[in-house]
Amino acid sequence: MRAPSAFLWQVTKLLATLALTFIGLLLVTFLIGRIVPVDPVLAVVGDRASQSVYDKAYIELGLDKPLYEQFWIYMTKMVTGDLGQSFLTKKDIADDILRVFPATLELATVGILIGTVLGLPLGVLAAVKKGKLADQLVRVLGLVGYSAPIFWLGLLGLLVFYAKLGWVAGPGRIDIGYEYSVTQTTGLLLIDSAMQGQWDAFRNVVSHIILPASLLGYFSMAYISRMTRSFMLNELAQEYITTARVKGVPEWRIIWIHALRNAAVPLVTVIALSYASLLEGSVLTETVFAWPGLGQYLTNSLQNADMNAVLGGTMVIGVIFVGLNLLSDLLYTLLDPRVRRRG
Amino acid sequence: MLHVPRFFSTAAVALFAGLATPAAQAETPPDTLIQAWSIDDVITLDPAEVFEFTASEILGNTYQGLIGYNVNDVSDIFGVIAESWEVAPDGMSMSFTIRDGMQFATGNPITVDDVVFSLTRAVKLDKSPAFILTQFGLNAENVDDMIVKTGDNSFDLKMDKAYAPTLLLYCLTATVGFIVDKQLVLEHEVDGDLGYNWLKTAYAGSGAFTIREWRANEVIVVERNDNYSGDAPPMARAIYRHIPESSTQRLLLEKGDIDIARDLGPEEIDALQNNPDIRIESGVKGSIYYLGLNQKNEFLSKPEVRQAMKYLVDYATIADTIAKGTVTVHQAFLPKGFLGALEETPFELNVEKAKELLAAAGVPDGFTVTMDTRNTPEITGMAQAIQQTMATAGINLELIPGDGQQTLTKYRARNHDIYIGRWGPDYQDPHTNADTFARNPDNSDDAASKPLAWRNAWDIPEMTAKADAAVLEKDAAARAEMYLALQREHQETSPFVIMFQEIEVLGFRDNVKGFVVGPSFNDNSFKAVTKE
Repeated sequence: MRAPSAFLWQVTKLLATLALTFIGLLLVTFLIGRIVPVDPVLAVVGDRASQSVYDKAYIELGLDKPLYEQFWIYMTKMVTGDLGQSFLTKKDIADDILRVFPATLELATVGILIGTVLGLPLGVLAAVKKGKLADQLVRVLGLVGYSAPIFWLGLLGLLVFYAKLGWVAGPGRIDIGYEYSVTQTTGLLLIDSAMQGQWDAFRNVVSHIILPASLLGYFSMAYISRMTRSFMLNELAQEYITTARVKGVPEWRIIWIHALRNAAVPLVTVIALSYASLLEGSVLTETVFAWPGLGQYLTNSLQNADMNAVLGGTMVIGVIFVGLNLLSDLLYTLLDPRVRRRG
Repeated sequence: MLHVPRFFSTAAVALFAGLATPAAQAETPPDTLIQAWSIDDVITLDPAEVFEFTASEILGNTYQGLIGYNVNDVSDIFGVIAESWEVAPDGMSMSFTIRDGMQFATGNPITVDDVVFSLTRAVKLDKSPAFILTQFGLNAENVDDMIVKTGDNSFDLKMDKAYAPTLLLYCLTATVGFIVDKQLVLEHEVDGDLGYNWLKTAYAGSGAFTIREWRANEVIVVERNDNYSGDAPPMARAIYRHIPESSTQRLLLEKGDIDIARDLGPEEIDALQNNPDIRIESGVKGSIYYLGLNQKNEFLSKPEVRQAMKYLVDYATIADTIAKGTVTVHQAFLPKGFLGALEETPFELNVEKAKELLAAAGVPDGFTVTMDTRNTPEITGMAQAIQQTMATAGINLELIPGDGQQTLTKYRARNHDIYIGRWGPDYQDPHTNADTFARNPDNSDDAASKPLAWRNAWDIPEMTAKADAAVLEKDAAARAEMYLALQREHQETSPFVIMFQEIEVLGFRDNVKGFVVGPSFNDNSFKAVTKE
């Protein structure tokens, strides 16, 4: 057992690191936003504004102040939870993010579930059948997942599964007919509709999410299966596997219990990173599927030099990355007894 | 033995094909009009601030102004909230009388106080479209003396000059002249902001529909206004869904999940032409596509070079094969449909003529210039075609792609060589475009007014005087002649290669009837839309 002071020191160190990370992240984003050759005033007043209107907006946005002062004002407001207001939506950034993030969270979560559920066994299969047809197929499948543009795959998916076969619903999160029958409490429509017992709406939401989530899942699957294969090949070549086989342990147990258990430790990081990249917002998927998520929000904000929104979104992404990293560290401890013992 | 993967793959297929049973609706609800449009340009819903295409259309269907006009013949002006108007003998003011018995969606009656409040509020807030009113000599300090109530049903609007009466009337048809519910707006006033912070996301009008909800970049929902003074619209609600991708819009339209697709590109229009369930309709809009040649550039400032460039655009080919019906060739600054619009198109691709002009300018071997090009499909397509034809005369045109704000920032700072742009009129009077294409009162870098002529550093004191004279002419026929002469001179001498006028193309489900495509976006109306 550690001394309380040592524990406190660890926590303080962690918090200081986090604070520095976020300040650095915001500073870089802030500076990039000021360096890009885009006039943020134009986003507010438009192309036709007279010089007097332009000048007024320039001052209202605080752009007449020195850069360090603008950054300081932003930081002090942010500490109090005020992320500022979006030039584009005229709403508080925090409200905007709370509105768009659940859409991305829902899509990314279903996507990563599909990616993991498919990618993990396929990776194991490829490792076990190394060099054989199954291995080749999984690798080709992964290669296509890596290389095909998601924009193109999305449109193709819509054409086949929505327009031709009619298996899934089209773009958007929910049909207009159900839109107002579900009260959004969590913002996650799958959960909201299920909690309210709106099963027709639930089916409709599933029907909308399944195609974009499968696409994202496919991309995650490509990465996860490839890494699983690699980790599993490494584990299957270890001496403890040979020992187990000599002892007559069934093959399925060797693969799924012994080898996969050990391969799972680095896989946690792989899956967490995949999830984080999906949570950043998949801009192209969100565009093709008219998915009102964080990716679309951030892209639109960036194109219109709506820097408050960009900074707010960056913060959210930073928190996600840090959070998922911490989570994977925690899972490491649970999965790997050596880490537990060291701790 | 690998049973587990088989289980997983079976489960995945079941999830995809089983759970996702066909939940897409076969068609949209009969009392709801659903449109797919890229609505990311909506940044406010306040009439005093709205200046974007989508929001203008929303306001056109949800608010009313004093004055309206026939969209098929814009010279036919009529009163909406105003019953009548009269110009003072000296032409320096106009008296308006308000109709009785009209009310806002809240049930509050529309009074002259609401009208005076709405117009003075727009001037005092001084947002981007305020110049449409302030150009008559109004400002925040004097507006309370310039727009004054004169009776229970009447008010006077005074001006600093005796402008052509139609100019004021057309300006009052713009969204900045729409009337808001004074009582409702003032209930939400905070720190003397005239309800600005509330109204930018709310509604206080009297139009055929009310705005129920705006979720930025997602959806706009409007609902029938039961207190509307005109005929009740057949649709109970209309919904704009933000669908930025044109191919996606096409799929939704074909499938019947939307009623109208608003951003179909040339490829989609082509593909939908023979679909019996789809009807393609179009309407000529006021927007103009042009090249702005910066006169600070040593080559572009030569008159012969400017003229040569007008012969180095293949107008017909771009209109027919690249834009495919979304533009029509037009070469004057006033769009068709405006008073005094010049419809002559003297320029066509003529490389030999252009080479002669370049030789006369002392640059027989051409030169290199850049063109800032907004990275939208239609602008990029046009720019690439122009690049090719310019090259045939030795002009090396380097395209600099960028997003809208980026290219605009450079253009407004006069740091471009050539800018390929699109300009839409702000109201239906010819002064709107003359003011920007043919006026430049001060060409200095710190000028207070920065019209397009200024952005291209074109110093034109004489033409500015002619444009100023035209805006004061009261006789419509004489005024039209003045604008025709102005455009002919502009066509020959200006650093603007005016190329096309926009045609708005919409894809409808065949059962949707009654949508009006007007000359400006606030004229687009779904008040009479029915589904058969």
